[in-house]
Amino acid sequence: MGFEVLLKGNNMIRLLTGLAVSLKISFVSVAISIVLGVALGILMTLKNPVITVVSRIYLEIVRIMPQMVLLFIVYFGTTKALGINLEAETAAVIVFSFWGTAEMADLVRGALLSIPAIQYESSISLGLNKLQTYIYVIIPQIIRRMIPLSINLITRMIKTTSLVMMIGIVEVLKVGQQIIEANRKASPTAAFGVFLVIFLLYFAACWPISMLSRYLEKKWET
Amino acid sequence: MEEILKVNNVCKRYEDITVFENMNLTVKRGEVVVIVGPSGCGKSTFLRCLNALEDIQDGEILLEGEKVDSASKNIGNIREKAGMVFQSYDLFPHLTVLQNLMLAPVKVKKRDKKEVEKEALGLLERVGLLTKKDSFPRQLSGGQKQRVAIVRALIMHPEILLLDEITAALDPEMVREVLDVVLSLAKEGRTMIIVTHEMQFARAVADRMVFIDNGRIVEEGEPKEFFDNPKTDRLRQFLQTFSY
Repeated sequence: MGFEVLLKGNNMIRLLTGLAVSLKISFVSVAISIVLGVALGILMTLKNPVITVVSRIYLEIVRIMPQMVLLFIVYFGTTKALGINLEAETAAVIVFSFWGTAEMADLVRGALLSIPAIQYESSISLGLNKLQTYIYVIIPQIIRRMIPLSINLITRMIKTTSLVMMIGIVEVLKVGQQIIEANRKASPTAAFGVFLVIFLLYFAACWPISMLSRYLEKKWET
Repeated sequence: MEEILKVNNVCKRYEDITVFENMNLTVKRGEVVVIVGPSGCGKSTFLRCLNALEDIQDGEILLEGEKVDSASKNIGNIREKAGMVFQSYDLFPHLTVLQNLMLAPVKVKKRDKKEVEKEALGLLERVGLLTKKDSFPRQLSGGQKQRVAIVRALIMHPEILLLDEITAALDPEMVREVLDVVLSLAKEGRTMIIVTHEMQFARAVADRMVFIDNGRIVEEGEPKEFFDNPKTDRLRQFLQTFSY
């Protein structure tokens, strides 16, 4: 079935290292996306016409453009057009953050708008000031609404990192291909075993995150 | 008796729409004033002005001699004195009943947690909800939520309670349990301004009735006179809509 190639040499360790590259790119991008997305999402609720137009165009670009095209533009495009030589991983983080920020901002905006005005009013009626109202009343409710959705975004990002091998990053899928290529003669069926193991590795990375989301959703059900 | 709230010539306008103008009202300590009027007459907006949830365009509102103004530095303090309960169930959904009650006393008044909890439990027992202390608002009925909302206002020791159509969104069989709580508060001498459509209740609880129509006070008086012997045609018409 092709599992034996994984036991050869340090192939399994190489696969895990590849997975670590994928996870590193996703987690760095997620962290950047959360910070920028929260900021942009709050800005979007201010109803400033310029911000509204710019953010809508930005969101549409992210929605329409395949991530792979964005990767190529940033990685190959900048080198030629601007003469900047980006590291492949930097390019990947830029593209994934560009994507994640847009989605996060939309989530934050939606969550902010979904909190009824009466929540704010009943809080200040009790004598809480603006800051206290945000800290104790509004933000906890926003977080509860957002966490399940943002966790969903994280798992989608982890899965989509498989694209970065197209700009030469050796992540888990690329390592898999290398192992298969190297053992083409000795184990012609390696593809099945290797890809199955990669499938399981992705599963192992994403499943706990999904479970966490489901747990939180249950716990915070309102 | 000491005057606790004084409303002088207050006007409320949105751009070119006037909600009400030249409103005058004085409430003494321990008095229960019930405001009635047709939908859209401005009575809820008037109540919201009293703790500066809405800005006023003219006149002044004095609560215990202090000016009510959302721009004033002291506004938090003033709002503590005017406890408000709204029509919609406005409990904080992410907090339990007990946490809902304890938030403001602990965070705003910086009171001791133990002491506040003791008081909260006492108040919950009084409104028959002690067993619900660890429930979340979503697990309560409308009437139960509204009783918790009343207790949440009470625990801040307000000088005056503002009740804005607190039974309007309730199923009929739950109205009673909420109004009973309000009635018992009136008996113990709480100062209250109540906006309601429950005429029987108004008659039972009010020291003074106020009828607002088209943005002005059309008639006011003792409940008996007000209901049995209305002086204006407008009030007579309005009261007739409640009898079949």
